[in-house]
Amino acid sequence: MLQDKDRIFKNLYGLHSWRLKAARARGAWDGTKAMIERGHEAIIEEVKASGLRGRGGAGFPTGLKWSFMPIKSDGRPNYLVVNADESEPGTCKDRDIMRHDPQLLVEGAFLAAFAMRAHAAYIYIRGEFIREREILQAAIDEAYEAKLIGQNNVNGWDFDLYLHHGAGAYICGEETALLESLEGKKGMPRLKPPFPANVGLYGAPTTVNNVETIAVVPDILRRGATWFTSLGRPNNTGTKLFCLSGHVNTPCNVEEEMGIPLRELIDHYGGGVRGGWDNLLAIIPGGSSVPCIPASECENLPMDFDSLKALKTGLGTAAVIVMDKSTDIIRAIARLSYFYKHESCGQCTPCREGTGWMWRVLERMAKGQAEKGEIDMLLEVSYQVEGHTICALGDAAAWPVQGLIRHFRHVIEARIDAQATRPTAPSVPLAAE
Amino acid sequence: MSVRRLAVEQPEGFAFTPENREWAGAQIKKYPEGRQASAVLPILWRAQEQMGGWLPEPALRYVADILGMAYIRVYEIATFYTMFNLAPVGRYYVQVCGTTPCWLRGADAIKDTCRKLIGEPGHVTPDGIFSWTEVECLGACVNAPMAQINKDYYEDLTPESVTRILKDLKAGRHVEPGPQDGRQASAPSGGPITLTDPELYRHETPDDDEYEARPALAAAAAKRPGAVANQRERAVPKPSLGKGRKPRPS
Repeated sequence: MLQDKDRIFKNLYGLHSWRLKAARARGAWDGTKAMIERGHEAIIEEVKASGLRGRGGAGFPTGLKWSFMPIKSDGRPNYLVVNADESEPGTCKDRDIMRHDPQLLVEGAFLAAFAMRAHAAYIYIRGEFIREREILQAAIDEAYEAKLIGQNNVNGWDFDLYLHHGAGAYICGEETALLESLEGKKGMPRLKPPFPANVGLYGAPTTVNNVETIAVVPDILRRGATWFTSLGRPNNTGTKLFCLSGHVNTPCNVEEEMGIPLRELIDHYGGGVRGGWDNLLAIIPGGSSVPCIPASECENLPMDFDSLKALKTGLGTAAVIVMDKSTDIIRAIARLSYFYKHESCGQCTPCREGTGWMWRVLERMAKGQAEKGEIDMLLEVSYQVEGHTICALGDAAAWPVQGLIRHFRHVIEARIDAQATRPTAPSVPLAAE
Repeated sequence: MSVRRLAVEQPEGFAFTPENREWAGAQIKKYPEGRQASAVLPILWRAQEQMGGWLPEPALRYVADILGMAYIRVYEIATFYTMFNLAPVGRYYVQVCGTTPCWLRGADAIKDTCRKLIGEPGHVTPDGIFSWTEVECLGACVNAPMAQINKDYYEDLTPESVTRILKDLKAGRHVEPGPQDGRQASAPSGGPITLTDPELYRHETPDDDEYEARPALAAAAAKRPGAVANQRERAVPKPSLGKGRKPRPS
């Protein structure tokens, strides 16, 4: 269990001030100039050595991602873009960083930009986070006033940090959609390659990182990569913010070591599953986009990238959605399917048509108004959507459905059987919108 | 995708107030030369706030003209991004999260309460005070169920607390945003069980926190009926920071 002294986010719950002075008292901006003096390469090497993997969902090694940025400019500037468009259902960790400990993000953005030789960074925050935006802007202004960032700042690397906001589109959390949106267009993902590190914002080399990834960088550099790797498990190092939602007694956010057993996370921090551990039906371990797993697989489950991948699911954003046995699992997944139908940008046909199709079938299945053969048809369609779209939203829409069928096919079948014995009016197929 | 169309009835015209026009000019400066289209989302949002919560068609053309964009480019943005309301909303616009984490903890009951007290989604009460809609995940899942009313999140809701909040708002009384069951932000109810080591905070001093004293962030002020709420927003445009130029104190 993680000790308080090893926590990075010391004001996660907002019990203390978010202002610069208090943040510095908690350790922010301590020795930043000395870190800059170590040089661009040394910072990237330290982050590589720490084993930090992106906290936005994909888990890509951060240091490696940074090293893709060009060292010599061909006349185009390098940009850092911070992805604060936190919209993955279940996830609410970045919000706490931005409203309670924003200086960690500002300092992290400064250090990351320096490592990648960028003089400007944009933070793209989701539009709904209006109060968080106000606080983050105030924090940026305070950093400017204290000359920690800006031109001719005390740390010796010219750096401008701008806050930009979205207007309610989940898809803008996808990095190239985010860049499109930042350029003032509809948030429709771009084809890759070219990757943003070559052609990103305004056609210039760009790296997009999640808020949490950026906010942990200052502490890694301050305390050293060996401290970070001493926490967690090999290839899954460090600490992570977990969001516990759904049917636990005390839903909360908490920072814990990577690889903490799921049961410990739920029992210790979440106050246990509602009605006790035996009342657990399933969990979604990493935000709505990853497949659910049944209670039988939850007993001795370390919460990290590799362990969850082995179960054909993923750590994603580490947002654990807990469902107890009172849950109508078909309806729960159908509601997620509606989410993806609503948030599909409409660019690729498999996703635009497939998300709505999967939702309509699941709605019927939730009522039992389906044929058993349709379960396999639904699974087949989900494979047709997965991997056949420009961005990963198609995958994200397909995986929850696949997880449902993989583990709860018997529930769908039982409901169809129950409905078959009940006389009803013939179902009227719903037209696509 | 969601189907979104412009309202049938539209006002004659639209123009920013001088303050907002100036603000828009400063926003554009955040982006490199020739990239002023980047400012379209913040500027449309400001236009929506000036209109009391919705974007009429003349405002889209007005913003397009400011940014030198083709009208269709702004139209398609207004219909793509769901926070832009294309028809009038109530003075208090209640957005109830209905996605699975909130649904698991009783979002349906919150929706039923809104339906009972306000009416069908999208319907504005005759006095113009309320309208509501169901939205997708607002990112406060550990405080589910929750709703956003204008700028603020109201969390850990029950049908009773929603009823009380709506009643208080209607009566013009201040309602404290955040968790409605008394818990601290995203900490477990009953109080945090981590971050309890006083050693972490030994360098902090009592005057570190001026946050509560700052009027710009007082929720009550921001929601005063009829006022252009955003003018109190803290996100003051920053002038482009040329060499040696000090940022304006905020």
